[in-house]
Formats: sequence, structure tokens, C-alpha cells
Amino acid sequence: MDITVNILLTIATAATPLLIAAIGELVVERSGVLNLGVEGMMIMGAVGGFGAGYLTGSPWIGLLAAVAMGAVFSLLFAVMTLSLATNQVATGLSLTLLGLGLSGMMGTGFVGQPGERLPNLDIPGLTSIPVVGRLLFGQDPIFYISIALTAAVMWFLFKTRTGLTLRSIGDSHTSAHALGIKVIRYRYLSVIFGGACAGLAGGHLSLVYTPQWVENMTAGRGWIALALVVFASWRPWRVLAGAYIFGAVWIGQLHAQAFGIPVPSQLLSSLPYLATVVVLVLISRNKRLTMMNTPASLGQPFVPDR
Amino acid sequence: MMRLELVKRPQRSMLFSALSPFIAFGLTIVAGAIMFALLGVNPLSAFRIYFIEPISQVWQLHELAIKAAPLILIAVGLSVCFKANIWNIGAEGQFVLGAIVGSIIPVFFPQFEGPLVLPLMLLLGMVGGAAYAAIPALLKTRFGTNEILTSLMLVYVAQLFLDWLVRGPWRDPQGHGFPQTIQFNDSGILPELMPDAGRANWGFIFALLAAVAIWILMSRMLKGFEVRVLGSSPRAGRFAGFGLNRMVFFAFLLSGALAGLAGISEVSGAIGQLQPVISPGYGFTAIIVAFLGRLNPLGIVAAGLVLALTYLGGEAVQSALGISDKVARVFQGMLLFFVLGCDTLIHYRIRLIGLAAPKLEAAPKLKEAR
Repeated sequence: MDITVNILLTIATAATPLLIAAIGELVVERSGVLNLGVEGMMIMGAVGGFGAGYLTGSPWIGLLAAVAMGAVFSLLFAVMTLSLATNQVATGLSLTLLGLGLSGMMGTGFVGQPGERLPNLDIPGLTSIPVVGRLLFGQDPIFYISIALTAAVMWFLFKTRTGLTLRSIGDSHTSAHALGIKVIRYRYLSVIFGGACAGLAGGHLSLVYTPQWVENMTAGRGWIALALVVFASWRPWRVLAGAYIFGAVWIGQLHAQAFGIPVPSQLLSSLPYLATVVVLVLISRNKRLTMMNTPASLGQPFVPDR
Repeated sequence: MMRLELVKRPQRSMLFSALSPFIAFGLTIVAGAIMFALLGVNPLSAFRIYFIEPISQVWQLHELAIKAAPLILIAVGLSVCFKANIWNIGAEGQFVLGAIVGSIIPVFFPQFEGPLVLPLMLLLGMVGGAAYAAIPALLKTRFGTNEILTSLMLVYVAQLFLDWLVRGPWRDPQGHGFPQTIQFNDSGILPELMPDAGRANWGFIFALLAAVAIWILMSRMLKGFEVRVLGSSPRAGRFAGFGLNRMVFFAFLLSGALAGLAGISEVSGAIGQLQPVISPGYGFTAIIVAFLGRLNPLGIVAAGLVLALTYLGGEAVQSALGISDKVARVFQGMLLFFVLGCDTLIHYRIRLIGLAAPKLEAAPKLKEAR
């Protein structure tokens, strides 16, 4: 029983950064913007979070720094694509390339240093309940944030007027503009929200998952988060399910490697990436589902006329 | 409070089309100066070490050509994709697969010698890169799967596959346990151009030939026209009878083959064997090269040399000033950002206006109308 609980806990830890980054990107894409810079914003959050935690000795300050780092970095993308109407695919890619370089440079002094870890929740009486105690009341704080965030985004997008407005912008920015909606302002806020989420996801990696700084430690998770949004056909609860499936794949291959299964470790390591391809193929085979759910103006630049 | 406003130009500005890479380079220099100053280094001496010293001797120019060759080869292929609005982001993986498939001959038949070896290796390299690029193309045309994500995921798979090969089945038994294949025999080594002057090899010539070939394709042949039409207006392309699916395959196979050629040229030229890591991210940097070169093959040759210099400069500042060579990555990223930003000037004029201004202008007009 204890082993099962431990495995479930590690799956949750692996799924949390994917979930947070994907939920942020989902809001961005619902507003009609495709930000391929998730990997870059995530790694910036990771280095910022680790650095602030290491320098101040407080993982909580690290957490805030990770969020701020992601948000500020995404602003670069927002100015380029929204104010200067640059190509979103190319700009997102350059955000990722810049983030990987900048984080590597900023983190040179952090390599091999012991990091600060965010403490797990510990409520006397509740956490010690067998089995469910640790699952419900004994995880890291970002896990609870990720669940709350998913619920909040679900409520915001589908139960509030502002959420409806945001979705309408994603489906037709010209109509929304004609109705007097501030398209660019909504999109700025969405992109920054997405950046903050990606930063938080990166912070989870360097403050909880492996509390240390390793170059390129995101290892493609930002790209998997992007794939999750497509897989989930832009629905928050499906992102939640997808993130946990991928968390399970990630943890499964690690456990398989530890058990010494007679399969090359490199093959196991490539499973999350192969799984992403397979899942994308399965979901895109259903053309009607994808057509119906893709925000219609996704990725198209918008320049408001006066 | 001020706000940016874009005003569409009636037609694209030829002036800014030519100037934008230079403005971008200037802005990168300014931002780089600020970065060096923040790191506590005199920007002027840092720039001398970064941009001038690495190319002040003839043998260093050869090193520049070695770094520029794969960048140019990959980027001219990618330029065709990007022109057609097809996003092959996985050139790094196609580079690795080209290197692996091309190395089959020297690894399995080390006793096979003669003038046939090298052409066969290069051919196999191109086949390997093209075959790997065919996967995202097939998935896109068959199932409509997003090619950005699939081609990128396959990069990780290719790197892990190479890692497995050189640590496992392809490892040199006499290599003292090092993760590498046997040294290729002399027939499998890409010859140097001027062995007395420096290390530059035929890879650079391949790059120049590829650039010229793609230039002819894009500007003189129907296929190039097809690429441009489908890229800017898929609807118009369909009316003209151009098949989008065929174009996806064409662009992916072409760019994959060139990336594969770059891969096998790199291992048979600069390296001489397979190792766990054979590229400092050429496949990704080539994306920057393609955009900096305006998706034009001749511009890409120039851009490839500039980006190759950022690699050499990164190594130079690391050894001279103790700054991480990741500084090269930062320069490359900034360069792409500024190029994309400056490209806006080709289609738009930028005006700075106060937020209150539009209302004041609009009000009197309304009264007149009444």
C-alpha cells in the first residue's frame, strides 16, 4: 500500500509542472495567441526560482521570483507579437532559444549548489491519516496551487463574462474589435498570465522536483505542455487528465530504469516524447473534434485599425 | 502614457527590407554592450575578443567556415519550409539521423576503402535525414498532426538513439570504454580544402553549392513559385492546382536531406567518428540563420557566417574572460528577436501616440456629420 501511495505522489510531482504550464498556455491560446516560448519561460522560471531561493535562503521568495521571471520574460513576447505584430511561431521559438541561453548563463554560478526545497504540507492529525492523508494533505504547496489554478481557469473561461469575452477574441479578433473589446489588452494580460504559469512550473522543477540547478533541466517539458493543450482540445479538465497521464509515463519510465528492466535506458527516456507524438496523432485523427475546438484566430497577428 | 501604433504601408518597404538585418545587428550590439557591462566587463574589449580576435588569422577563418557550413546547409533547406509556411523545427534531429545513417559504412565496413566510400556516405546521410523528416510530414498530411510539435519531439528521440548507439552496439571495443565509434578510415574522411592553411573541409563547399541550388530553385523554377504561392496564400495555390500535401513532403524531404548532409559532413569532416553529442545546437541556430538571411539563400550564406562567429566568440570570451560560452546562445536569441522586430518596419510604419489622442480627433468629425 505504501508503495502505491509513493508512486501516486511521485506521479503528482511529475504532473504538476506540466499541468501548470499547460493551463497557462491554454488561456493564452484561447485568446488567439500561440506562444511557443513555453520551454524558454519555464527554464527562466526555474533558474530565477532556484537563484532567488539559493541567495535568500527562502524557497518562498524563490517561488515568487519564478513567477515574476516567467511573467517578465513573456512580456518580451507580448510586445513583439502584439504591439509589433511579428510572426508568432518565429517569435515564440526565439523566446525559447533566448531563454535556454540566458538561463544557462545566469545559472553558471548555481551548478552543483544545494538548493532550497519548498516544504510539503504537514497538518497535524490529517497528514498522518493512512493512505489518503499524505495524498490529500501532505504534498508540496505548488500541487495545491495547480489544482486550484485548473478549477479557477475552468470557472473563469466558462462561467464568467470576461472569460466569454476572452474566448470570443480567440475565435474572431476582428468581430471582437468591432464590438469595442480591447483585443490587444486582453491578449497582453493572457500572455503575461501564461508566462507567470510557465515560470511557476519552472519553479516547481528547481524548488520541488529536483531542488538544484541543472542546465536545460526542463528537458522538453514546455513542449510537452504545448502538446497537452492540443491533446486536451483546449479544455482545462482534459489538460488535468493529460498532465497526469504524462506524469505517469514519465515516472513509469524512471521506475523501469531503476528496476533494471532489460531495455536500453535511452529507449525508456524517449518514451515521454514518443508518447507525445502518438497522442497528438490520435487526437488529430479526429478532425471534427480539432476543428470545432481550435480557437479560430489562433496564431494570426492582429493589427487594430483606428 | 504613450502607445505604439502600426500603420500599414501601401506596399512593402524595399529600404527596410534591406536595412532590417543591419539594424537588428546594431541593436544586438547595443544590448550585448549592456549585458557585458552588467557582467562587469569593459564592453569594448569584450567585443574585440568576441567579434574580431576569433577571425584575425587565416586558420581561424577556416574554423569559421567549419561552423558556418552546417548552419548554411540546414538553413537554406529550412528557408524553403518557412517560405511555404511549413514549420520544420526538428532539423537538429534530422542532422543526427543523417550522421548516424551515413556512418553505417565506416562503422560496419571499416575495410571498405576507395573513392566510392565518401559519396555513398554522403548519400546515405541525406537519405537518413530525409527519411526522419518524412515522419512529421507523413503525420501532418495523413492525420493533420501539428508538425511543429512532432518534429521537435523527434529531436529528443534522435539524440537518445545516438547516445544508445555509441554507448552500446556501435561502441569501439578498443576505445577504452569511451562512448564513441571507431575512427573512420581515411576514405571516410571529408578532405580538407587547404590542409596547409587550416582545417576547413568540403562541407563549406557543399553549403555554398546548396545555397546556389536553392536560389535557382526558388527564383528560376516553377517549384519555387509554387512554394511562394502556397506559403502566402494556400487558397490561391489550390486554385492553381498546387497540392499542399505534396508541398509538405517536398519541403520536409528537402530540408531533411540537407540537414542529414550537414550531419554526415560534420562527423566525417570535423569530428571523424560518432560521439554522444555531435552538434552544439546547429539545427536550432539554423532557424535564426534562416530568418536573419531573410529566407534568401544568398542572405543565408552571410547570416551563417555571422552566427558561426557568435559560436567562436562565445568560446573566445569563455577562455579569455571566464564568461560562460552560453553567451553565444544569448547573442543568437537576441539577434533573432531584433530581426523579427525590425521586419515589422517592412510592412508597417510605427507611430508613437498619446492614449488620449484618438478621442480628440474623432469628436469634431462627429459634429460635422450632424
